[in-house]
Amino acid sequence: MKNIEKHFGSVIALNGVSFDVYPGEVHCLLGDNGAGKSTFIKTMSGVHKPSSGQMFMDGVEMKFSSPRQAMEVGIATVYQDLAMISLMSVTRNFWMGNEPIKKFGPFKVMDFDKANQVTMAEMKKMGINLREPDQAVGTLSGGERQSVAIARAVYFGAKLLILDEPTSALGVRQTANVLDNIAKVRKQGIGVVFITHNVRHAMAVGDRFTVLNRGKTLGTAKKDEISMEELQNMMAGGLDLAARNDSILGSV
Amino acid sequence: MNDERIKSVSSLKRAMVRPELGAVAGAVLVFVFFFMVAGDSGMFSAKGVQNWTIVSAQFAIIAVGACLLMIAGEFDLSVGSMISFAGIIIAILSVQWGWPVWIAILVAFVVCIGLGAVNGYIVIKTGLPSFIVTLAFLYILRGMTIWLSILTTQKTIIGGVKKAAEGDWLAPVFGGTIFTGFFQWLADMELIDTFTRGTRVGQPVVEGVPMLVVWALGLIIFGHWLLTKTRFGNWIFAVGGNAQAAHYVGVPVNRVKMLMFMFTAFCACVFATAQVMEFGSAAADRGLLKEFEAIICVVIGGALLTGGYGSVVGAALGALIFGVVQQGLFFSGVESSLFRVFLGTILILAVVFNTYIRRIITGER
Repeated sequence: MKNIEKHFGSVIALNGVSFDVYPGEVHCLLGDNGAGKSTFIKTMSGVHKPSSGQMFMDGVEMKFSSPRQAMEVGIATVYQDLAMISLMSVTRNFWMGNEPIKKFGPFKVMDFDKANQVTMAEMKKMGINLREPDQAVGTLSGGERQSVAIARAVYFGAKLLILDEPTSALGVRQTANVLDNIAKVRKQGIGVVFITHNVRHAMAVGDRFTVLNRGKTLGTAKKDEISMEELQNMMAGGLDLAARNDSILGSV
Repeated sequence: MNDERIKSVSSLKRAMVRPELGAVAGAVLVFVFFFMVAGDSGMFSAKGVQNWTIVSAQFAIIAVGACLLMIAGEFDLSVGSMISFAGIIIAILSVQWGWPVWIAILVAFVVCIGLGAVNGYIVIKTGLPSFIVTLAFLYILRGMTIWLSILTTQKTIIGGVKKAAEGDWLAPVFGGTIFTGFFQWLADMELIDTFTRGTRVGQPVVEGVPMLVVWALGLIIFGHWLLTKTRFGNWIFAVGGNAQAAHYVGVPVNRVKMLMFMFTAFCACVFATAQVMEFGSAAADRGLLKEFEAIICVVIGGALLTGGYGSVVGAALGALIFGVVQQGLFFSGVESSLFRVFLGTILILAVVFNTYIRRIITGER
């Protein structure tokens, strides 16, 4: 991603963002609310078209006009609250948009035997024991839903996995599970873009960190080059949170 | 595969999350009730069964369309007006203009499906609730129907379709009956009653299975198969469950909605054509309130008004309940206006029950 700019009318949401991610790497994208994280990943996943700038994948320039196109070249995005449809079964969710087809005479039907079998197996790999594949997603916990979505993306051949705040609504133990699954995905040689505003979660799995602020990148650092406090302060826009904490405490 | 956190779920609770359950229970109750109340009134004689079967089949035809559309997250309130509009088109073309009936029928289907597409297009393009868009068409089409029929005939009822349809090849597909030989055989075996007076002495009181019923069964089977067994069915659930999430994984949301509006219009046209062929006439006030009756059938059948969940079989059972109760009250001599009281009551009960079921499925508390 080179010099991506995105304008909505007179609002400049992204003002020249450059970003790269390698196979088998977890690249964390950090930023406070309004920094442009969402706009940036939506550009990467084909929802928005960039106003200017270029995107390359394996050296080839990409121009997406729909999320479907991005998916076809192997970019899968898991959105925090849009990952799953809770009224539908796990199997139906897992295969949504990629349903396996079986010929039944002249008719094409969905191959539920295969779909159920694969779903159960993939869930098990992610450490989720399903009671039955046709149980509704609504019965899963938030962490399990994120894991199902990650498993789905990986199963359908994602080369680049974009995770939009997968841990922000989760409890401690569920977060650990999701982070664990991100590490598993990295081992398979898939590039992961991990969007978060929780530095602790980023530090736990990230290889590199990029901080986004007011539509611009503030810089990229490797894991051993930067500390948690520095990242935190960069996200807050250079303000020293620790110092501010003191002043707040002092005034109380 | 054992996980101590997974509670075993009772089979009762598991059965309850099937959308059809309420409708199955309702249908059983309704039948038991009318067996006791109206068992000797002729309601369950061959003629009586035919009577409520036809009424139920009519409801079922439009309920299948409304069901798939509601699961896809939209409503169509123009169904009733479309029924009268399609009927008037057939009557004007065949009776007034003297076109062959089969052409008139085909034109009606093309116009209806086109109108369904217009409904869908406006909903998709404007992002307005389909409730408002199709409400507009409820009025537009009803007005057009009355205007067209008065313009061409100075009347709001156009008769003579039966005569025009004589010898037509397509008309019997909607207005005819099948298995007449079988029913004659049943009558000869004295299994069903025969006429004892008049011009049809010796013929069975029920001459066969009306094509209306065949259409209803065909549409139910098709709708159920489409929804539960095919890729497109998965898309219908996904679009109604969460259109944004479905779009992000590559489901063609707009195409699915558009096709469902067109299918609903198709069902309305089947209803209209069968009705015109049965009565031999078209009238501008036909199909009144049918859109709401279709929606009630679907809701009794366990579908959620918010989309993403429901069952065609449930909607069909809803139509059966609807038909049996409407005709059953007539057979048991109850004041027929009470039927509406019953409808309103059962509608509220069904919605409350469905909302409760939804909480069980999604694990909300």
